[in-house]
Amino acid sequence: MSFLDVTLYLLNGFKLTCLLFALTLVFALPLGLLISFCTMSRIKPLSILFKIIVWIVRGIPLMLQIFIIYYVPGFLNNNIFAKVDLYFLLNYQVQDMGRFIAVVIAFSINYACYFSEIYRGGIQSIPNGQYEACAVLGMTKGQTFSHVILPQVVKRIVPPMSNEIITLVKDTALARVILVTELIMKAERLMASALVWPLFYTGVFYLIFVGVLTLLFGFIEKKMSYYKV
Amino acid sequence: MAILEVRGIKKSFGDTNVLKGIDFSLEKGEVLAIIGSSGSGKTTLLRCLNFLEFADEGTIAVNDEVLYDGAAEKVAKKKLKHNDGMLRKKRLHFGLVFQNFNLFPHKSVIDNLMLAPVLQAKSELSFIERWRFEKSRAYAAIREKALATLSRVGLAEKKNNYPCELSGGQQQRVAIARALVMNPDILCFDEPTSALDPELTGEVLKVIRELKDTDTTMIVVTHEMEFASDVADKVIYMADGVIEEAGTPEEVFRHPKSEKTKAFLSSRKTAAGGKDE
Ligand SMILES: Nc1ncnc2c1ncn2[C@@H]1O[C@H](COP(=O)(O)OP(=O)(O)OP(=O)(O)O)[C@@H](O)[C@H]1O
Ligand SMILES: [Mg+2]
Repeated sequence: MSFLDVTLYLLNGFKLTCLLFALTLVFALPLGLLISFCTMSRIKPLSILFKIIVWIVRGIPLMLQIFIIYYVPGFLNNNIFAKVDLYFLLNYQVQDMGRFIAVVIAFSINYACYFSEIYRGGIQSIPNGQYEACAVLGMTKGQTFSHVILPQVVKRIVPPMSNEIITLVKDTALARVILVTELIMKAERLMASALVWPLFYTGVFYLIFVGVLTLLFGFIEKKMSYYKV
Repeated sequence: MAILEVRGIKKSFGDTNVLKGIDFSLEKGEVLAIIGSSGSGKTTLLRCLNFLEFADEGTIAVNDEVLYDGAAEKVAKKKLKHNDGMLRKKRLHFGLVFQNFNLFPHKSVIDNLMLAPVLQAKSELSFIERWRFEKSRAYAAIREKALATLSRVGLAEKKNNYPCELSGGQQQRVAIARALVMNPDILCFDEPTSALDPELTGEVLKVIRELKDTDTTMIVVTHEMEFASDVADKVIYMADGVIEEAGTPEEVFRHPKSEKTKAFLSSRKTAAGGKDE
């Protein structure tokens, strides 16, 4: 296989890596905000419940969580992901859809919990005076949050969020523990035909991806530096 | 007819009785100065008037409409706190200027002024009308009013700046303008100059003086005795959660009856004298 052939072959796996990355963000960013509301809720049972959930999700290796999400429904005699696999294969000729969905779910929950702590830190760092100023001006709680609190939270959480999101890029490699053919798994397949170098070559893909993200976050930070706190 | 009628306000936090029965009334266009040593409950009183705290007992009436009745609220306390809509309407009778401004740092000066009125106007519109609101006449009117108010505090040319680009005095003037735009019946100030460098207090006090000339009803908590005696129509001296002395500036500052007031005023004088040297 030529260099170009290998690159194209790996790009096929990289597509899945990117898709997993994007879907995780789409689900985990809003879900994380929701979880942060729950952990900060004044309803004690709710906040305790979600604090325990966050503790568990952050305390168990992501790899194990992928196994749990994918295999536990099977133990319960209802192997939903296998059924989805089969359905997509028969109807759309798409392979491994069930596995992919399981990974997306596991990643979304895991990252939502990490994000929720970042949101919580951001929200709690906004001084009480901002809420009181809004109250005195007759604003509703919803207006206060969406127009005054959240915009300031976003600025504050860009650095920790970008850190977490860059970690996500590399965590996508974990998807192969249930045989989702992302980038590294593709490269591993080539090893079967005695091609070892593509495995190391995958590092370049990650480096470029992270490089682009770093530029993007730098740009966002700059865009938001129009005011200081 | 009194614009504001406050009767028997009591407030405690846990075991500390901070307000032990506060009564006063205010006519339209009058300026009330509240003085008193640290911890006497001045801020708590203003916060009760603005419903940032809820008094345990007592009534607050504006224009003869009882906005708050502690005895009634005691029975149905939770109701008021959670009834956001009613509470917001009541709050709009009062404006509050904070010691540390509390401007919105992510909004330009003009947007700081316009945010609340725009949201208020939008909330009465249908979903589709909201999209086009920025082109509507109502929006133009809000903007015009905000600009006029900014001119009033002498900051028209700063409209597109952000709060972090302004001096403390200018920030406080923006905060005053932001409160004025909501047309409060009574504008409250909690030590509006005490977070400012001494050379910046003048510009803020000047704005408050000018507001008095346009018949704005105001309550000013202040440590600036000279300003209080100049501008106020009434002065209240608070000590340990009660009104120790009340009257015209002449009565309170020149002829105080209570020993506590005398002691407080003379301590202020020596403090001020010490500063000058
Ligand atoms: N949320 C609260 N919880 C408990 N105690 C409080 C609370 N707010 C105020 N207090 C107490 O109430 C008392 C009066 O406070 P307040 O802030 O009203 O005084 P002040 O007259 O404004 O003083 P200063 O001149 O220092 O601003 C203080 O002893 C304070 O510790
Ligand atoms: Mg105070």
